[in-house]
Amino acid sequence: MAATYCLRLASTALAALLLLSFGSLAASQIEDQAEQFFRSGHTNNWAVLVCTSRFWFNYRHVANTLSVYRSVKRLGIPDSHIVLMLADDMACNPRNPKPATVFSHKNMELNVYGDDVEVDYRSYEVTVENFLRVLTGRIPPSTPRSKRLLSDDRSNILIYMTGHGGNGFLKFQDSEEITNIELADAFEQMWQKRRYNELLFIIDTCQGASMYERFYSPNIMALASSQVGEDSLSHQPDPAIGVHLMDRYTFYVLEFLEEINPASQTNMNDLFQVCPKSLCVSTPGHRTDLFQRDPKNVLITDFFGSVRKVEITTETISLQQYSEIMESSYKEDQMDEELIEPLKYAEQLPVAQIIHQKPKLKDWHPPGGFILGLWALIIMVFFKTYGIKHMKFIF
Amino acid sequence: MAAAMPVALVVLLLLWPGGPVLAEAPRDSLREELVITPLPSGDVAATFQFRTRWDSELQREGVSHYRLFPKALGQLISKYSLRELHLSFTQGFWRTRYWGPPFLQAPSGAELWVWFQETVTDVDKSWKELSNILSGIFCASLNFIDSTNTVTPTASFKPLGLANDTDHYFLRYAVLPREVVCTENLTPWKKLLPCSSKAGLSVLLKADRLFHTSYHSQAVHIRPVCRNARCTSISWELRQTLSVVFDAFITGQGKKDWSLFRMFSRTLTEPCPLASESRVYVDITNYSQDNETLEVNPPPTTTYQDVILGTRRTYAVYDLLDTAMINNSRNLNLQLKWKKPPENGYIHYQPAQDRLQPHLLEMLIQLPANSVTKVSIQFERALLKWTEYTPDPNHGFYVSPSVLSALVPSVVAAKPVNWEESPLFNTLFPVSDGSSYFVRLYTEPLLVNLPTPDFSMPYNVICLTCTVVAVCYGSFYNLLTRTFHIEEPSTGGLAKRLANLIRRTRGVPPL
Repeated sequence: MAATYCLRLASTALAALLLLSFGSLAASQIEDQAEQFFRSGHTNNWAVLVCTSRFWFNYRHVANTLSVYRSVKRLGIPDSHIVLMLADDMACNPRNPKPATVFSHKNMELNVYGDDVEVDYRSYEVTVENFLRVLTGRIPPSTPRSKRLLSDDRSNILIYMTGHGGNGFLKFQDSEEITNIELADAFEQMWQKRRYNELLFIIDTCQGASMYERFYSPNIMALASSQVGEDSLSHQPDPAIGVHLMDRYTFYVLEFLEEINPASQTNMNDLFQVCPKSLCVSTPGHRTDLFQRDPKNVLITDFFGSVRKVEITTETISLQQYSEIMESSYKEDQMDEELIEPLKYAEQLPVAQIIHQKPKLKDWHPPGGFILGLWALIIMVFFKTYGIKHMKFIF
Repeated sequence: MAAAMPVALVVLLLLWPGGPVLAEAPRDSLREELVITPLPSGDVAATFQFRTRWDSELQREGVSHYRLFPKALGQLISKYSLRELHLSFTQGFWRTRYWGPPFLQAPSGAELWVWFQETVTDVDKSWKELSNILSGIFCASLNFIDSTNTVTPTASFKPLGLANDTDHYFLRYAVLPREVVCTENLTPWKKLLPCSSKAGLSVLLKADRLFHTSYHSQAVHIRPVCRNARCTSISWELRQTLSVVFDAFITGQGKKDWSLFRMFSRTLTEPCPLASESRVYVDITNYSQDNETLEVNPPPTTTYQDVILGTRRTYAVYDLLDTAMINNSRNLNLQLKWKKPPENGYIHYQPAQDRLQPHLLEMLIQLPANSVTKVSIQFERALLKWTEYTPDPNHGFYVSPSVLSALVPSVVAAKPVNWEESPLFNTLFPVSDGSSYFVRLYTEPLLVNLPTPDFSMPYNVICLTCTVVAVCYGSFYNLLTRTFHIEEPSTGGLAKRLANLIRRTRGVPPL
């Protein structure tokens, strides 16, 4: 009896132990699932890539932007989710010895312009106003879709800016600037309007770290190519093209990104190590205090790549026969043919008609309020000075 | 018989759904064509045209099924009630003097002209919205089109398609000369093509070759055309044209041999399966001109002759849908070779070296009969150092006259003369054979006005600087370093004493 009791106790203890272990396994599984749930909360990716410099000697800024564009496209973000702003045209510039190309490495190794580029804002359209309107979404209603940033609160946005900058400002096209305060306020507007989930801001200009000093909205991570008081330097000139091809920071970032593929698990800490002072001469900086996740948990592809939720199905779908559609409308046309009279082409230069046409009179509008008021004033003054008796000469 | 009837009926029923499909052309069709024209200056012009014809009345039926006609443009036509749309992007200028008349010229930059339907109430608003949408589709800054660069022509730009009535109120025209054309405009243009740079003639459209040209023009034209010969119903026609002119020196390295591979760095591999017609035409009109013969390789299957732009022209036709021309194992690489008889000319040129030697150009030319030959040479003026100027630089500098040595055919044959016996004026030049005589002629010397520096400048600068320094600095220096003290006026010099003496004698008070 005691033995069975002991046995029962042992079995219950064993059962309890097993149950506990299963419970802990289940709990760890739930924990894993929960962690995955919180790992990356975004469902779509956007990129806004801006080059703010004009003129041929700023070729390297266009090459910088295009190399980030190339990496971002390669890792999966489609053109419809990229807003590319280039302030000047280098590829088809008359000074370019190889038209329709922009190179990033000397000896013309890598053409970052490619054959499939779509520039959304170009030349004079790259202004501070347009940039802020794109970010905040306050664009005129007739703007085409490719020029809009249609992000929502589950979007991860990559913003890359390059050009000439200073302590607290970035120069747009040699005629205006954007300050770090304006940029921070624009990001706050985006946060208030729930236009991003997480934002990665990369800037490659002189004194770039000053541009992210003033950010105060959550979920922003920022990288810059140089600290306040330092200049960002360019990498190497090409003797055939005659200008510097890339800036150092972006050159090493491009090299780093060339090794990333859509499935890689590299995280942000590796990106922070790109281009140390020995290679870059300036000290790249980063800011992660506003970001909620730990940078080592943030994948590079969270911002540079694109999330594609693909569901594969093995069902077959039958499409409607094409001939049926054609047939029904063909019958319609046959019915009307006999009724209409033949149409004809217009005469391209009908001289007689042109000579004898009367110029169209503009629609007559009654005089506006100001003219009426002026005449009323003049008439009143006249009659006041000379008396009402002059009226009898009129009537 | 009764059994035969149902059989016949059944057979008819089976055939009928397929009947209209097989007997009539499909609702939309694509024709593509490339015309290669060797130009008189040695360059080559290539004109691509892709024409999609869509037998549909967009205004009447709500269309949701787009096949070859691109959906982006079809939706534009129905939303903005367009009658015609013509949009072109051009880089360069068509030089009619050297290249002959063009098929279709476009202005440099971007040009957009549109005819709206008569049902549109606010044309200006539709125009503004349309230019914004097009700027998004073609990645161009067409959104800069507004009332400051839009006009309504009253006499020209009549509709190129079917038109009942042309009220110019519905026409708008704008041109943006500053617009740059580059790959980002070519990419969406290519995406509108049904075969989209994967098959057919559009594989030749590679940006790095197309923009390395003297002239590049791409355009989109939409207009209504007659559907059949009776012209009772409308079809929409979309023409996408691209014209480029390859420069003989940049692309051809100076040689006049052209081939598709040299021009486009691609050859034609397969026709576009969606095209009903896919042809390449090569202009072989100038078959023998200037004693040069044009050889086209591979030989064409047919030729086409017609009066184009006022002159009779012959074209060699290559049909890509013909399997003998192109199939899986054969690429089509057209080659144009100019075969010239050997030249009997001679040129010797020795360029100048600054302060060492002058230019020397010697040419042996055979002058064609009844013609005027002009020889011109461009030269650059280099800046001289200030000690190298003559004392009278405003006179200018002289360029030595050119020398022309010629063998002129004699009207009457001359006999060789004995130098000792004939007069002196006949023995200036030795005569080898009497059919021509030698003469040496000179042109006028050229007086070139070079920009003259202002030689008085250093003198003026020194004077001015010294004056400024003396006046400003000198005054300050005096004020700062000199002390001033009051001085009693001197009681008088000698002159004053003498004057006082004379005044005393006169009885007048002294000075």
